Amino acid sequence: MSDHEYTPSSKFGKWFNDRLPLLTLANHLTDYPTPKNLNYWWTFGGILTFCLITQIVTGLVLAMHYIAHADMAFSSVEHIMRDVNYGWLLRYVHANGASMFFLAVYIHIFRSLFYGSYKSPREIIWILGIIIYLLMMAAAFMGYVLPWGQMSFWGATVITNLFSAIPLVGESITTWLWGGYSVDNPTLTRFFTLHYLIPFLILGLVVLHIWALHVPGNNNPVGIDIKKPSKDTVPFHPYIVIKDAFALLMFCIVFAMFVFYQPNILGHADNYIEADPLVTPAHIVPEWYLLPFYAILRSVPDKLMGVVAMLSAILILAALPWLDTSKVRSAVFRPLFRQFYWILVADVLILGYVGAMPAEGLYLLIARVATAYYFAHFLIILPVLGWKEKTTPLPLSITEPVLGGSPNLAAARSDEKIEKTIK
Amino acid sequence: MSDQKDEKKTNRRDFLFTATAAAGVVGVGAAVWPLVDQMNPDASVKALASTEVDVSSMQPGQSLTVLWRGKPVFIKRRTNDEIKKARAVDINDLKHPEKDEDRAKNPEWLVMLGICTHLGCVPLTDKGDYDGWFCPCHGSHYDTSGRIRKGPAPTNMEIPKYEFVNTNTIKIG
Repeated sequence: MSDHEYTPSSKFGKWFNDRLPLLTLANHLTDYPTPKNLNYWWTFGGILTFCLITQIVTGLVLAMHYIAHADMAFSSVEHIMRDVNYGWLLRYVHANGASMFFLAVYIHIFRSLFYGSYKSPREIIWILGIIIYLLMMAAAFMGYVLPWGQMSFWGATVITNLFSAIPLVGESITTWLWGGYSVDNPTLTRFFTLHYLIPFLILGLVVLHIWALHVPGNNNPVGIDIKKPSKDTVPFHPYIVIKDAFALLMFCIVFAMFVFYQPNILGHADNYIEADPLVTPAHIVPEWYLLPFYAILRSVPDKLMGVVAMLSAILILAALPWLDTSKVRSAVFRPLFRQFYWILVADVLILGYVGAMPAEGLYLLIARVATAYYFAHFLIILPVLGWKEKTTPLPLSITEPVLGGSPNLAAARSDEKIEKTIK
Repeated sequence: MSDQKDEKKTNRRDFLFTATAAAGVVGVGAAVWPLVDQMNPDASVKALASTEVDVSSMQPGQSLTVLWRGKPVFIKRRTNDEIKKARAVDINDLKHPEKDEDRAKNPEWLVMLGICTHLGCVPLTDKGDYDGWFCPCHGSHYDTSGRIRKGPAPTNMEIPKYEFVNTNTIKIG
């Protein structure tokens, strides 16, 4: 976004850059003007990049020891845990890394929801993000199948059976996905292949996501456009780099806590039992990060409609830039939206909780109410809020509240008056 | 203006474009199909032999689960009570109306795929509100004929192709 032309200082640099402008790109990335009021919720983009790299690197080395065969997968994972040098560490980092990845992505998504980062002109960034999120879920699900434990097997059975809900061709699609008449060896080998492929697709989409971000630049906590780059922004390096690095360090402490002290707390004990097609575990639960959607699936009593509801719950996010009709981006200036935002956060947490509980009695009732509310938030509340809500006045610039100490127009106006009187 | 008029008319070039595109679509489709079809069940999976089960030691009320094509098959020797219960049901009350007579040719023996038609879990035998099967995953209840009575499953548990080779042996498949 820097407008000045970049010329490398060295002769070789100039020669190289004329042929492949990598140095121009590097210069753009370091000088990239960033709103100076970004808070720590904006550090999760960097954290997510770290998570992706961690998953790719640990996954690559795990694949050197893992055997994708129904008869050997389970024992090869135990072999990694017991025999391979540092195998336990690599596997625990990879398995908990998936959870950390989702923790970070949920914070990243809810930050966008709060500050309206999905609104014009950032719709494409947002939609790319939703596609990345969908691919993450696919990768996580297939990765969970690979150890070939009981939860792996039955999770795979339940999720692939979702496709059998499609009218007419559902059964054929399920058979095609399985490569047989049940989840078996052909299913395992293809899941391993796709699990290996998807992270690289995500990597490509991340590049597009950042590219699209660098066109309009970052949104920011007050959600207004940059008025004067020289006043409202700081260069990405060193200001944002050092802030992101500090946040990443804090994040890694949490990560390490799971890996070294509670490596199995986010998993299920059932997955340390080898897959058995004759016995379904008493209580099948997906990993924690999929629970809200699982709750939505189970809250609908009809098979096809349950699947439709679950998919819509994710896909509705892609339509969000057009469902939220308010021109004001940041929730800071939307008193009503702010309240509904926190209700939505609570709603999703409740869905996650009931998703882990048996689908009966009170839990089922709560799941149904929470599902209805989830859709109401996006389809009714947001469009109506856009024209009913009285938003509070926006500051005149990003710098105004930073210098004035509060994002308050009254303060900004008085500053203006002072300026005028001085003049 | 006259140029525009000429362009609007269908000419030989349009025909060539359409023909080339059509040939291209067919070609790409033919090239992609093997890539898609390789994921379908292969010859070794399809060739899986049928399973023969010795049921001579089964007493009334007992049930057996065997593996066929990687799927569990329930074989249940039903008691008189269970048969009566299954046959007494008014067929109009059922979500997926099927007569017990059609599901169990020999009323004493019920042979069916032990897979919940909701999302594929294995239901538990002699459980649930109808004393048949109960799926612990999402709470589907089946009666003593394996018909769905309550819960999210859309259809009755499937009856595979099977036959009695002799009085003691059932051949599935």
